[in-house]
Order: sequence, then structure tokens, then C-alpha cells
Amino acid sequence: MTTAAPPHEVTYLEAISEALDEEMSRDDSVFLLGEDIGPYGGAFRITEGFQKKYGEWRVLDTPLAESGIVGAAIGAAMMGMRPVVEMQFADFISCAFDQITEVAAKNHYRWGAAVPMVIRAPFGGGVHGGPFHSECPEGWFFHSPGLKLVAPSTPYDAKGLLKAAIRDNNPVIYFEHKFLYRRLKAVLPTEDYIVPIGKAEVKRIGRDISVITYGAMVHLALEAADLLAKEGTELEVVDLRTLIPLDKQTIFESVRKTSKAIMLHEDNKTGGIGAEVAALVAEECFDCLDGPILRIAAPDTPVPFSTTLEEFFLPKVVDVVAAARKLAAY
Amino acid sequence: MEAADAVKDIKRADLLQMYYYLRLTRALEDRVTALYRQGRIMGGVYTSNGMEAIAVGYSSAVGRNDIIAPYHRDMGAFLIRGITPGEVIAQYLGKRTGPTKGKDGNVHMGDLKRGVIGFVSHLADNLPVATGVALAFKIRRESRVVVTNTGDGGTSRGDFHEAMNFAAVRKLPVVFFCNNNQYAYSTPLHLQMAIPDVVDRAKAYGMPGEIVDGNDVAAVYVAAQRAVRRARAGGGPTFLECKTMRMHGHSEHDSAKYVPRELLEEWKKKDPILKAEQMLTKLGYADAGTLHEVEERVKKEIEAGVEFAEQSPMPEGPEALEGVFASDEEVKP
Ligand SMILES: Cc1ncc(C[n+]2csc(CCOP(=O)(O)OP(=O)(O)O)c2C)c(N)n1
Repeated sequence: MTTAAPPHEVTYLEAISEALDEEMSRDDSVFLLGEDIGPYGGAFRITEGFQKKYGEWRVLDTPLAESGIVGAAIGAAMMGMRPVVEMQFADFISCAFDQITEVAAKNHYRWGAAVPMVIRAPFGGGVHGGPFHSECPEGWFFHSPGLKLVAPSTPYDAKGLLKAAIRDNNPVIYFEHKFLYRRLKAVLPTEDYIVPIGKAEVKRIGRDISVITYGAMVHLALEAADLLAKEGTELEVVDLRTLIPLDKQTIFESVRKTSKAIMLHEDNKTGGIGAEVAALVAEECFDCLDGPILRIAAPDTPVPFSTTLEEFFLPKVVDVVAAARKLAAY
Repeated sequence: MEAADAVKDIKRADLLQMYYYLRLTRALEDRVTALYRQGRIMGGVYTSNGMEAIAVGYSSAVGRNDIIAPYHRDMGAFLIRGITPGEVIAQYLGKRTGPTKGKDGNVHMGDLKRGVIGFVSHLADNLPVATGVALAFKIRRESRVVVTNTGDGGTSRGDFHEAMNFAAVRKLPVVFFCNNNQYAYSTPLHLQMAIPDVVDRAKAYGMPGEIVDGNDVAAVYVAAQRAVRRARAGGGPTFLECKTMRMHGHSEHDSAKYVPRELLEEWKKKDPILKAEQMLTKLGYADAGTLHEVEERVKKEIEAGVEFAEQSPMPEGPEALEGVFASDEEVKP
């Protein structure tokens, strides 16, 4: 065990590093593999200094080959290791799609071999990354039974969910939001903790409208909630935190209380996670709904590059405020 | 070293054991094919007919603690690892007693307790996985080895190249076999790649490669042993191209009219079972009586397997919902 660090403030990004560091020193079977994560410390410097501390064979620089990397992680996981793969950007996970959906996801179901593996996927826009460095690919994997998907929105959750993901016996894709990396800071507990996979959290309690969201959009919802509170409309902000398995109970409890629901995500609108949650709410909470279930999401285009285009593309606080006003009128 | 010389170093018991597995594989696949023709098999049947020596050879060359990651024409590998004919037939019949309990079909079998990585349909997907198995061994400094196999067609996929490259860069203890049976479904080798020998692909990765007579079980065994020894000693991966011929259609529904008859006639003379019998006789290791005993033993085992499989229960419908996720309690292998 690592000795507990004194209370200190960390960024979202540092929380991820701390989780990796603590899990690696707690458990020898945890190792990291990915592109440029060794001496360089990764594109975002999350593993800076790790190779010095843990050696070349636990912090492995790999060839540029995402399918090969994920396949290797699967093989190692079956041999009792707990690999953590770093995708340089979540966008490149498409190159490993086959290994993730056909091998990792189906392995335990087909022949009972567990694949305890984490894929860290730095995702999301707002950083002028353009069509290939800004994607939200969680929707692709949302439809693949056998995978767990998590997407933390705070430093606390980032650390706790990553530790839980590493300790989980299943393949977990960990969507870490690039926009939040250095923008959020928090003082974290000194003792070891996890955030359990499968548990949403109500980040703000409110009686009028449930906003169900995850990732960077949580902060958009909270900002909108502050503005709307001044008009007397109270938003309840439900942060899913885990996308698979969905915490249906927390979603339903919130909607039953408020009778109104907005789905908010940065991923494209069509076929996104918001569509599924909306369907679930319609199936389970129809009787208590006082208005239509609304979705706020990115339009169905690739993520555009130019500032003006990306600003237009991403959901904004005003979108949430407008949707909430519309719903409040019901 | 010529395989003919090397064979002298193989123990009689080992050669007889390999012969037994060649016969067991052939008899099992013939029986499954017969069941298929009677309409009793769910899904397709892909056999290793005429290519049995490859899986039997390499699986005989690995140690107890080593791992194998077979592909779809490696029935002998499953058998050698202790998956019984009964379990195999149960798998084909979709029974609960098959290695996947009815969740998956035909040769998509695996069992970590018996050191077998489950095969996935998507060709070459298991090669990066095998590389990862080897990576775990290397990280933990274990002297274990993994052997995997692919068809010639599978070597066109990116995963083949990604696995070969990663394994070579990190000198991982993995042996890559390739069953070059001249065809991938209906596609002949010259439309698959612009090189005459698949083994040439190994050069690009700085990996030693060899061409092996895939119909000679002793040759495969010796080449595998050499590669396994090399991997175990830290020498890194090897690529072994086994030249052979697919004697049946791609699967049993395929008449394979696209394969010239003369080619099949020519390869029939090189049948791996025939070759093994000639070798055993020549070495004085077996006579007609010994060979006949093996045949009888195999027949009995297959019939017992059919009975086991037929009497096994089908899974209950709701079992379809089980096992999507591994539980928290599930121990590490
Ligand atoms: C990625 C992928 N594409 C297509 C198929 C369908 N398919 C199954 S076997 C096969 C031919 C395989 O040829 P080869 O790799 O040479 O192996 P062989 O069957 O000849 O032993 C094809 C096209 C598949 N299983 N996986």
C-alpha cells in the first residue's frame, strides 16, 4: 500500500494519475500500455514519471496499433493481469473496435473467461481538436453487451471510478473528458476510496425538472441550474457517471419526483445515450410525466474544427435554459 | 535439420500418441460431418481434413503450463488439451455440456483451465490476444509460451500484422503458425497476397520464419519444439508456415468446385495419416495390428462421445441471459 497523501488539491487530470499510481503500487498485476506513455508520459502527461517508478515492463510504449494494443491487453488480462490501455485520443478507439466488441465484450459470455481490463479514452470537444480529436464515441459501445462504460465529471469521480474500473473483472471503457483535465480542481480524501460502477449521482437537488447528463455536460447543467434558480425553476442534475450498466433507479426516482426530464449530452443526437434514457423514462415513468422528454445534444455532424463552428456545434447553457423554460410552461 | 533425421529423436510413445490424435481428429470430424448431413448439427462444420498434422504437431510440442490459441482448423489442439469428443459434439449440438454451454457453436471453444484460448470467428483476432498472453508471461518473467495459428487468408488482416510486429519488437514468447492450405474459402493464394510464400511476411517484422511440411506430423512437431524452445529461452517469436491443402470445402455445405480436382488427387497421396503410418512402419514403431488397435479405440471413443452429447440436456432459454458480465467474486485464472 502507498502511504496516504496529505489532503491536497488536484486537477481532474491529476486525479487520474493518482488513481493509476495507487492501483499500480497496490497490485502488481496492474500495468499500463499505450503509445508514448513511457518516458514521454503520454500525450496529456498522465503517466509522467511512471516508467521511472514502475519500470519498462509495467509502463509499456507500444507500436502505433490500437487493435494490437487492445488485443494484447485482452490476452494479458486472461492470464491474470489487469492492463490499463491508454488511447492517445478516444477517436482512435475506432481502430480497436473489433477487438473491443468482438473479443473483449463477448469473451465471458461465450466461454467464461473474464477480461479485467480498462481502456482510458480521452474524449470530447471544446478543445478545438476537430473531427479526429474531439469525438464522443461512447454511443458505439453503448450497444455492445459485455462492456462497462464510465464517464466521470469531477476529480473525485475521476479517481474513484478509475480505481473501481481497474478492480472490476470486466472490460471497462473509461471516458475521461479532455476539456475537464485542467479546468477542475478538488481536494480529495486521503484514504483509499472507489466510486462504485453503476451508481449515478444527483449533483444538484431540485424539484422541477430532471436534467440527466454525464461528462463535461454536467457542468453546463449546473451552470444553467444557477441561472434558472433565479427565475424560480429548480433543476435536478443527475450525473450518470456510469453509462453501462445504467443506474435506472436513480433516473426513475428523479423523474418521478420532478415529472419532467431533459437529456443532455455532447455526443450526436441520433442514437445517442439520451435516446435510450428517454425511451426508458417513457416506458417506466409515463404516468408521472407532465411534459415531453427533451433532448439536448450535438447535431448529427462530425465535430467541426473552427472556433465558430465548434461553438455552434456543442450544447450550450442557453440551450438548457431554453429547454427548461419550455418544459416549465407545462 | 531435415525432418526425416529429426524424427529419430522423437520417442516412439510420442509418435504413437500423435498418430492416435490424428486418427481421433479425423474420426471425430467425419462423425460430425455425418451428423451434419443428417441435419442434426446447428450451424456450419469446418474440418481440418487433410490438415490434422498441424494442430496435432504443435499441440504435442507445448508444455502443460503453456497456452494455445487455435483457429478453426485445429480440432486436434482441443482434443490434446483434454476437451473430449463428447464435449465437442455437444458443442456442435448446442448442448449445455459443450465448452460454451450452448452460447457459441462449432469450433468456437476455449477453456482457460485447459490452457486453450477460445476461438472467435473474426479471423486473426486471436493473434494480438496471443501476443498479450505472451506479454503477461514476459512481464511476470515466467518461462511459459503461447502457440497460435491462422489460415493464409487470416494473414491479410491488420491484426495479423499488428500482432507479429508487437511480438517481434518486444521479443515475446509466442509462436505463430500459419496453415497455408492454398485457399481462403474460394479465394486462391495468388489473390490473397503477391508473394509465393506466406513466410516472407515474417521478414518484414524481423522475425525468423520457416516453411514446414504441414502434412508431416513429425516435421510440424520438430519445428514447433524448436520455436517453443527458442521462445522459452527469451529468443522471441517465430513464424512457421505449414504448407498443406484443404481437402474438403470451406465448410461442409461448400462443394469447392473452384479447386482443381488434380490438385486434390495430388495432395491425397500426401495425406497426413497415411504419411504417419508409413513413418511408424518404416521406423518399426508400429505394425498393422497396432494401427488397427488405434482405429478401434478411436471408434469407441467417438461413439461414446456421440452418446454423451445426445443424452446431454439443452440449455434452458433463460440461460441466454447469463454470463454477460464476470462477477466480482470470479477468481483470476
Ligand atoms: C474477419 C473475417 N472475415 C471473414 C470471415 C468469413 N470467413 C470464415 S473462414 C474464411 C476463409 C478463411 O481462410 P483462411 O484464413 O485461409 O483459413 P482456412 O479456412 O483456409 O483454413 C472466411 C472468409 C471471418 N470469419 N472473419
